[in-house]
Amino acid sequence: METNGCLLEAKKISKSFPGVKALDEVDFSLQCGSVHALIGENGAGKSTLMKCLFGIYREDSGQFLINGASVSFQTPKQAIQSGISMVHQELNQVSTLRVMDNIWLGRFPKKYIAIDEKVMIAKTKEIFDDLEIRVDPEAKIANLSVSECQMVEIAKAASQGAKIIVMDEPTSSLSEKEVDHLFRVIGKLKEKQCGIIYISHKLDEILRIADEVTIMRDGKHIATQPVSALTIDKMITMMVGRQLTQRFPKKTNVVGKPLLEVDHLKLQYEPLVEDVSFSLHAGEILGIAGLEGSKRTEIVEGLFGVRKVSAGKVLLHGRACKNKTPRNSISNGFALLTEERKFNGIFSGLNIENNIIIANLPKYRKVGVLKHKAINKDTSWVVDRLQVKTPSTKTLIRNLSGGNQQKVIFGRWLLTQPQIFLLDEPTRGIDVGAKYEIYQLILELANEGKGVIMISSEMPELLGVADRIMVMSNGRIAGFVDTKKTSQEEILQLAAKFV
Amino acid sequence: MKSIILRKRSITKAACMKWALNNAIYIVLAALIIVITLVDSSFLSFKNFWFIITQASTRIILALGVAGIIVLGGADLSIGRMIGLAGVISASLLQSLENPNIIFPGLDLPVLIPVLLVILVCGVFSLVSGIVVAKMHVTAFIATLGMQLILYGVASTYFEKIGNASPIGGLKTSFTRFAQGGIDLGFFTLPYLILYVILVVAIMWFIWNKMALGRNMFAIGTNVEAAQVSGVNISRTIILIYIIAGLLYGFAGALEVGRTGSATNNLGNGYELDAIAACVVGGVSLMGGVGSIVGIVTGVIIFQVINYGLVYISVSPYMLYIIKGAIVILAVAIDAQKYVQKK
Repeated sequence: METNGCLLEAKKISKSFPGVKALDEVDFSLQCGSVHALIGENGAGKSTLMKCLFGIYREDSGQFLINGASVSFQTPKQAIQSGISMVHQELNQVSTLRVMDNIWLGRFPKKYIAIDEKVMIAKTKEIFDDLEIRVDPEAKIANLSVSECQMVEIAKAASQGAKIIVMDEPTSSLSEKEVDHLFRVIGKLKEKQCGIIYISHKLDEILRIADEVTIMRDGKHIATQPVSALTIDKMITMMVGRQLTQRFPKKTNVVGKPLLEVDHLKLQYEPLVEDVSFSLHAGEILGIAGLEGSKRTEIVEGLFGVRKVSAGKVLLHGRACKNKTPRNSISNGFALLTEERKFNGIFSGLNIENNIIIANLPKYRKVGVLKHKAINKDTSWVVDRLQVKTPSTKTLIRNLSGGNQQKVIFGRWLLTQPQIFLLDEPTRGIDVGAKYEIYQLILELANEGKGVIMISSEMPELLGVADRIMVMSNGRIAGFVDTKKTSQEEILQLAAKFV
Repeated sequence: MKSIILRKRSITKAACMKWALNNAIYIVLAALIIVITLVDSSFLSFKNFWFIITQASTRIILALGVAGIIVLGGADLSIGRMIGLAGVISASLLQSLENPNIIFPGLDLPVLIPVLLVILVCGVFSLVSGIVVAKMHVTAFIATLGMQLILYGVASTYFEKIGNASPIGGLKTSFTRFAQGGIDLGFFTLPYLILYVILVVAIMWFIWNKMALGRNMFAIGTNVEAAQVSGVNISRTIILIYIIAGLLYGFAGALEVGRTGSATNNLGNGYELDAIAACVVGGVSLMGGVGSIVGIVTGVIIFQVINYGLVYISVSPYMLYIIKGAIVILAVAIDAQKYVQKK
């Protein structure tokens, strides 16, 4: 059947965030009845492109065309009405309602003033039968598996008459059998002349399901090729394909004696992380690499006492060390720089001074009253030492740039004088200049003999700063690599080991 | 097939706990009745049962009104003052013509007109609260806290200027019969109050379970974004739920006056706490998105069993406050266990 026409076209889409060019004149097109895979490393701009299409972000320049007509959506609702649906990684469903309520929410079939349950059941079954989906329309969403929820979302998209369906990492938590089922459903959608944009890190699946593949890197369109012309190696090369330049300070740190030993650590609650064993030496920077959702954050949160540890041992200087709460951890010489700076890093409504001393208040307290002289002295020291660009230490932290906010948080932890720094995405959302300063600071910490664990989704950064890299894959350790001997290709392959 | 068999066999401790948590209110109700009956076996009688139900009736209507707002994730602090306003207006318009202190001499209205009027008045005030919440994005707590003051001011002004600041009593017999009367079935009299409650419960059950409005209400309470993306009209739903609540408060206010025989501007003071507490005990989650009509009715009845039953076995009324307070806190604590994110 050769009715292929262009369903969606994106022309020279650009989008900048402060300090970052997230999309740089990206072109993309989707044909009727085909699956177009969109691949790239974390931060390559795939999600940003989709968010622009969906009306969640506004593009700075460029144009989206649907069936040849220019569109620009202000809200996701408009996008849905124009036949675009997104099956999210985090599904947007009403868990307390039933499957069919979710599908028909906002447009219930009615009989007089009541909802016509019979019609609703019948219509839901019709769609499910059509797509070979086997879910009870009257089951509650809260009682469904992830895969079933996803099927419901896809059925909802189909019921809305969507012609363009975006699937963002649809298989990330599915079993092999469930993936097969998903692919059969995708096949059905193709027969109906729908176009599917398929975002995934799983390159073998892409070879199976996709018709075309577009590779993105650093916000740029790198290539679009038919899947028949590609192999996994070719895709990885194009995804990575970047030279390490002088973006990193010279490494001068010397790795010393073992400092921290983690032995078969296991977390009690979801998301489960098991069997984590590694060691960290004084003066060493240990990188943790992995795809999003590979549960890197959970490990450092477990070490810091934010998450409950159910089994395993942590030895500090050879002695057992139990961090039951963050307070324990701080007094045991740990520091955690959190991943979501805005959410659990800064106190946006407080000034720089308060943000700096918050983890170290007991030191500045005398009979319950704060000692302002000591506070002023230490705060000024942090601002000078880390070259925080601010008019005063009384400035609200939310008025600083991301890089300067991050320096303030680093300063907070320098004052507690830790031996072990747990850094979760320390350079996320920071412009290039400030990144260099953060790298320098990390290296200085290592030079002073501290142990540093650094989680990052930017591989060049890990290769440029870390001594060793522990690669996580789907909640398990996939392996350790020496940064001097490894390559991005090897890390990417390890990261996909258990997915 | 296999998995179903396996599931049945595994009645674990955790499953029992979960069942107990989910059915906590019925367990509490049963326990209360058993304890009270053990102390005084005469408690278990048909007469007492009707007494409790009748006493609970206006409270059930109030609780059903506020429950929708709680399901949306809010709360309504203006209930008591709604009752007060509905009370003074309906009482002033329905005094007996023989009353020497009659406010509007010669005014002879059929009961239904003032009752419908106060229902409408409360509906309009609640509509305003709804607009403030839905369109001006004021939290329900503040919107209704402010509304409570406004209502008290309005009711008090009316009470002072029109009613000369003395309790408005001497009501028409047709009005007191409207609230206190019943249908004589020979062996016992079925109070009208019960009929009103059954009617309100039926209507509310229909709205919550059969109409798009109810489904949208739960959707908004659970996940506003999902509801929005699905094309639910968020502010319209919120405003409608507030209007329905207001209508019910007005009706309950008129019944309360008819039941007690007089009204002042302070009538209904504090009723909001009883209504919200009953909802919470009845399993309506303050986090929004969860609740059932049957649960709410049970919640109100539990409170009434405590009120009536414990007094019946001569527990001191001050002790009652302590017990009620503890039960409310316990109910919310049990509810919170279901939502706490374990880390």
